[in-house]
Amino acid sequence: MITRRAFLLLGVVGTAHAQLPPNIGEIRKKALDEAIRKVVGSNPVRQGRVKLDLPPLIDNGNTVPLSVEVQSPMTAADHVKAIHVFTEKNPQPYVLSAYLGPRAGRARIATRARIADTGIVTAIAQMSDGSFWSDSVKVIVTLSACLEEGLI
Amino acid sequence: MARVVVNVPAEAKRGEVIEIRTLAGHPMETGFRRTQLGELIPRDIIRSLVCTYNGVEVFRADFHPAMAANPLLTFTTVAAESGTLEFRWTGDNGFSATQTAAIKVL
Repeated sequence: MITRRAFLLLGVVGTAHAQLPPNIGEIRKKALDEAIRKVVGSNPVRQGRVKLDLPPLIDNGNTVPLSVEVQSPMTAADHVKAIHVFTEKNPQPYVLSAYLGPRAGRARIATRARIADTGIVTAIAQMSDGSFWSDSVKVIVTLSACLEEGLI
Repeated sequence: MARVVVNVPAEAKRGEVIEIRTLAGHPMETGFRRTQLGELIPRDIIRSLVCTYNGVEVFRADFHPAMAANPLLTFTTVAAESGTLEFRWTGDNGFSATQTAAIKVL
């Protein structure tokens, strides 16, 4: 049973929650760019060699299975050093950073992420020679993560 | 003690690439959710997972709030020699969990 006071408070909180800044898209885009810059520095990021696999239509953003596979021989001389995953629309762009080496044998990781809204998910691989490769996938999210409280 | 599960093949051929699956029971509270009364629920997540193979680090991952609850992670390693794989999760509020798995390399 919800008290009258709690109900009114809920209304206040709900409104505050819904009032995100109007340029939220730009802010999130900037945060994503900054996060990627932090990882790659001033190096160019090229498309290819990385395969990011996740469902294009997501029913529930709270658990989104995803996998990243990078084409690499995984030898001591030529291997994948790190795989980073970012999302565009989450309050924070980072999802996961995985650090591998030649002992991984194969550059493939799989996990489950939370994705807040329809947007782009990006995977970036750092190679042992210092180059960066990426793959981006556009996903549609019907039920967002993070919003199950407060707005319903 | 937190419940963690790892899946490592019991036996492998030398040089074979083996798949390792790990799962840790944890709510991964993001720090962005609110209670019914509007108070922010503080962040409580697992920050990292480190996998060592006979004492040598072979894999490491940093987790962020955008990882789903009960973080699952699959990765691979080369079966080099018989021994143990040790997995250590660490996180906010002093969270720590360790699990080991034995592997026999033929």
